[in-house]
Amino acid sequence: MLTVLAYLVVGIFLIGFAHRIWLYASCPAPLKIPTTPAPVTTTGVVWRLFTEVAFFNSLFKGDKWAWAGSYAFHGALVLVLIRHLRYFVDPLPEFFAHVQIAGIVAGLVMVGGLGLLLLRRLIIDRVRYISSPADYLWLLLLLGIGGSGLLMQFCVRPDIVHIKAGMMEMWHSTEASLPTMMAGDFIFLAHLIMVAALIVLFPFSKLMHLGGIFFSPTRNQVDNPREKRHVNPWASN
Amino acid sequence: MADYSVPELQEDIKTPALAVGTMEHLKPYPAIEKHMVPLGFPDKRVDNWQQKGIEKLGDMLKKYRSLQVYLDICVKCGACADKCHYYLGTKDANNMPVQRAELMRSVYRRYFTPAGKLFPGVVRAADFDEETLNKWITYYHQCSQCRRCSVFCPYGIDTAEITMAAREIMDAIGVGHKYSTEIICKVHDVGNNLGIPKPALKGTLEFLEGDILETTGHEVRLPLDEEGAEVLLVAPSADFFSEPHIQSLMGYAKVFHQAGIRYTISSIGAEAANFGMFIGSFAQKQKIAKRIADQARELKVKRIVVGECGHAWRVAYSFWNTLNGPFDFLDPRYPVPQHVCEFTYDLLKRGALTLDKEANDQYVVTMHDSCNVARASRMGDQPGGQFEIPRALIRAACHHYVEMDPDTTHEKTFCCGGGGGVLTDELMDLRVAGALPRVTALKQVMKKDKVNFMALICAICKAQFTKILPLYHIPMETVGGVHQLVSNAIQLGAKKGIV
Repeated sequence: MLTVLAYLVVGIFLIGFAHRIWLYASCPAPLKIPTTPAPVTTTGVVWRLFTEVAFFNSLFKGDKWAWAGSYAFHGALVLVLIRHLRYFVDPLPEFFAHVQIAGIVAGLVMVGGLGLLLLRRLIIDRVRYISSPADYLWLLLLLGIGGSGLLMQFCVRPDIVHIKAGMMEMWHSTEASLPTMMAGDFIFLAHLIMVAALIVLFPFSKLMHLGGIFFSPTRNQVDNPREKRHVNPWASN
Repeated sequence: MADYSVPELQEDIKTPALAVGTMEHLKPYPAIEKHMVPLGFPDKRVDNWQQKGIEKLGDMLKKYRSLQVYLDICVKCGACADKCHYYLGTKDANNMPVQRAELMRSVYRRYFTPAGKLFPGVVRAADFDEETLNKWITYYHQCSQCRRCSVFCPYGIDTAEITMAAREIMDAIGVGHKYSTEIICKVHDVGNNLGIPKPALKGTLEFLEGDILETTGHEVRLPLDEEGAEVLLVAPSADFFSEPHIQSLMGYAKVFHQAGIRYTISSIGAEAANFGMFIGSFAQKQKIAKRIADQARELKVKRIVVGECGHAWRVAYSFWNTLNGPFDFLDPRYPVPQHVCEFTYDLLKRGALTLDKEANDQYVVTMHDSCNVARASRMGDQPGGQFEIPRALIRAACHHYVEMDPDTTHEKTFCCGGGGGVLTDELMDLRVAGALPRVTALKQVMKKDKVNFMALICAICKAQFTKILPLYHIPMETVGGVHQLVSNAIQLGAKKGIV
């Protein structure tokens, strides 16, 4: 059961994500439309995209609170994910002992960042107006994942040894199981189900900004239309 | 002129509280059969317009990566919401870039995504019905394609791409805009947007030659259709007939004269503007631009120089090479095309021109960056040359220059309110409101630094401001071209030829 679900969840994600990326990559960009001033070399474009992904440059220019909330969330999420590798790797390299504390603090920052994003959505009239139920549901789902994680970390511990064994085994054994003895175990189940939902829905949602940003013509094109002829594959001449 | 509602000016640009539907009454005049059919569009709204519209959207999703990606990945963070001059001026929720794009995104979700098909309420998907189409007609003609939103979007989502796609879809189902389609027909029939026939153009140019001779004592030429000239000058047609545009045209002519470079204007290509961009049609863009490439061949010129026109410069700089290139029959030592500011600046650097700053001493000058030049093109070989080169010319031509609030210049510049195909009388309420952020910033430097001249390089900006500024109690003479300042300052006969 667990094995089937694990492969199903990961399979839907990989195929869905790859399909979306293939769609973006195979669709032609008929004209040069970089938002200028733009880099005039490919190296420059790589740097531009790097700064967008690493520092959220444009968003920083646009909205400081949105930047603060989303940077806190995304940055912390990266650390949290790194820390979570400890549940999937055995034996555990020493490296993980050092990131443990950073990962735990990051968990708090992540939930804080999400809270800020939710508050923005509720308080600012413009953002409230543009928000659909789906926009709130995503934030609530992420808050649910983060909140249940923190709960297990600080309040109600699950049987982590059993959980890790289950997580390790589920990929190759249908015998893999998860604990259901303590209150913490049920929080873990909720945590896991929410994560699975997120992974499955990811390719069908706005979360595709993760891959999509690299295909944004205003950001990924070199500003050299006079120097190098850009060809539109579907133009008639 | 008192009929228009003019927003109250504040000390500073402020984000207004959101309101719903303040601009829903303002629709463009519908295109008529006479202007739709020649462009290959249906004569009137087709019977199965819903189905055709959705098919067209599906077709465009396969042709435009920008559309596919931008409809997918918006997270609705709202960073763009208060960046649009039309939102700031009208408070209308649908004039927030994100919400404008949502008008199409909700349709996209409904017909092209599992979430929208299964849970339209949760993700806010909408049928492509009468109500939706009505909103499209209204609000996709309240966007000037200025791309200011794309500067602040974390993913670079460019609402101009969405607006263009929406207009192309509407044209495909027979719902066009009269203003743009009528003008495109004129450019195909006569060669320019204003519909100026060759004899009238010739008369104007001769009149201007006489005028310059009278005021300067120099025989400065404005030649028409002269084969074998070195340069083909392609200016917006407003430069031939409107104030203050015409002052810049005389400026270009004086620069050519002083540098001793033979040039010509083409009667068939006497128009840099390309409204194909405003209606989003690649085919029309290509067809309109082809006149210029053909004329360059026919007149056997070696270079093409483009006059002061914002969207024309975007099309020329960014699109010409794709649309009608390669331009390998032209002199490879010069960029194709060259902006007239690049051309003049190059001559200035090489010592071919002498400018007397005192000639502009009555002015305290500021610069309004036009959106298409600022955010969709370049001049020179460095990023940002589109800001530095015109400013270098202004500084060389006058003593007193100041900048406006940096949040309203360079790539953060505000649209004049009349770009992207909305420079038409029935949309005056929009144009007046959309000018608010720019006028606010201008008023600040008028008060603080006694600015009395706003230099710029766009024919639409010039037309828009000369009409709008008086409504805000600013004299229309406050606006003019960069080459108007050059024209005032240039010393004819002081030096001849390139040194």
